[in-house]
Amino acid sequence: MTETTNRARPISGPVLNRSLRWMKENLFSTPLNTVITLLCVYIIWSVLEVLVSWAVVNASFGAAKEACEAATGACWAYVHDMWRFLLFGTFPADQHWRPLLAMVMLTSGMLLSMNRRFWSPWLAVAWIVGFIAVYFVLRGGVLGLPPVRTAQWGGLTLTLVLAVVGIAFAAPLALLLALGRRSEMPLIKVVCIVIIEVFRGVPLISVLFMASVMFPLFLPEGVSIDVLLRAQIGIIFFQAAYLAEVFRGGMQAIPKGQYEAADSLGLNYWQKTFKIILPQALRLVIPPTMSTFISLFKDTSLVVIIGLFDLLAATRAAVNDPMWRQQFIEAYLFIALIYFCFCFFMSRYSAYLDNDLKKSTSH
Amino acid sequence: MTEQRQLADRESVIQVNKMNKWYGDFHVLTDINLDVKQGERIVICGPSGSGKSTLIRCLNRLEEHQEGDITVNGIELGDNVKNIEVIRKDVCMVFQHFNLFPHLTVLDNLTLAPMFVLKQPKREAEATAMKFLERVKIAEQANKYPGQLSGGQQQRVAIARSLCMNPKVMLFDEPTSALDPEMIKEVLDVMIELAEEGMTMLCVTHEMGFAKQVADRVIFMDAGQIVEENEPHEFFNNPQNDRTKLFLSQILGH
Repeated sequence: MTETTNRARPISGPVLNRSLRWMKENLFSTPLNTVITLLCVYIIWSVLEVLVSWAVVNASFGAAKEACEAATGACWAYVHDMWRFLLFGTFPADQHWRPLLAMVMLTSGMLLSMNRRFWSPWLAVAWIVGFIAVYFVLRGGVLGLPPVRTAQWGGLTLTLVLAVVGIAFAAPLALLLALGRRSEMPLIKVVCIVIIEVFRGVPLISVLFMASVMFPLFLPEGVSIDVLLRAQIGIIFFQAAYLAEVFRGGMQAIPKGQYEAADSLGLNYWQKTFKIILPQALRLVIPPTMSTFISLFKDTSLVVIIGLFDLLAATRAAVNDPMWRQQFIEAYLFIALIYFCFCFFMSRYSAYLDNDLKKSTSH
Repeated sequence: MTEQRQLADRESVIQVNKMNKWYGDFHVLTDINLDVKQGERIVICGPSGSGKSTLIRCLNRLEEHQEGDITVNGIELGDNVKNIEVIRKDVCMVFQHFNLFPHLTVLDNLTLAPMFVLKQPKREAEATAMKFLERVKIAEQANKYPGQLSGGQQQRVAIARSLCMNPKVMLFDEPTSALDPEMIKEVLDVMIELAEEGMTMLCVTHEMGFAKQVADRVIFMDAGQIVEENEPHEFFNNPQNDRTKLFLSQILGH
């Protein structure tokens, strides 16, 4: 009834008309609905108002620290002063273009890999070459670049290196573990179960701790493995153990008929696995896989306990600077925004990929 | 009804000798003896749970048997993986639920095994695939995905997929049981055509019309045993065993 009258006299333009009708149907359809809508608007407004007045209205945006003293809101001069430290950690200041280049290489590599057109075995080769390049860009010691010890790598650069290398190696390792756990060969099966259960059964912190403190005790004298590498390997195994169970779940969801059809056509184990089972199984588990990647990205912040200096650790060090004591909220908000951008982007990509693959194989 | 064909002097493709199979304690197949000649069309029928599907699934090792011998093309079917691979190239199966690969197009479903198992070049595999798709009258669907086809179309694709492997024997495991009634005929027509071209076929089915029209031999199974086998005319008009009579009266009675 109301709808017909509404349609009878258009207000101004179809867009406004449509959004008004949408609000009427969804937000104000019943008295109760109207009350809830108004209440929500009030709550959102009261939170936003505080935030906006702190972060924008009463904030000081100048680069000078002195300006902050007058302002009652946020002091963005802090971020202005500290962003290099947050992004690059203690990397020598005159070499900052190197971690920047490394980050550009890693993120553009990720963006390119998201396009399904590039999915081929060559992509794996490109990644390995890319990792070697990133490693030498950061470490230096070649082509006249001054060497920089891994202990000096830090900030967002370190977070990205740990996360991207972690994802790139945890995924194939997880695949092998998942296949191994489903294998009929007892030795392989037992080894895979032990690896998965051990790494899933302990917190990441203790994995990192063991990698940094206990692992060197088992090495012969004179042999030492870089602490960053040890942490990286710890992260890879830890996330691979989780991911292996995600993949295994996907494989178990594939109907028996698919295995039988592949068998009866004479496909061998590897052909069956890589051409028939995995393409279907991995599609099923895109959302939980991306969840694991997102948690890997955030969990890299735990490397701080073994003395590595990632984005979060850099921030913590920065707020301990006596000059800037007051500004820890700005610092944490800033890096929260960085973490959120990466994680939200991964989450959106997962939803897009899921949809895109579904669309292409059905009506 | 087909005329009596001279099969006795032909070569055997499959020989089953005193085969026994158990699921745990359950004796699902008992002392099965079977000799399939080149070009022979066999229909296997029987009540549900009688072991007829299990029998043909043993013939390409989707199920393993515990006792007795199965020989296909002179190759012993046992634990030897190499033998199993060789035999599976020659013995293809069409399933009740089609089991097409849903993530691949119809054309890719057909070319996958020829390319990877028979090592055919892509172009040759695609040409063969299109030839068989035309034969099952579905060439225009080559670039669709299985989920976009009807049940009858999917089953015809599944038959074409098996034919692309150029098999010596085709096994059909209740190929029309999962289809809507109006789609059964299009699948049976394809199977009849195959039979008339001389394909060696073992077919588990309840389509007695098909059995009468193309079978050289009808096998009746009950409780894991071959109870009676005969050429179709005799089988339907003059069954010997009481269980056969009961079964036929039940399925032909309505």
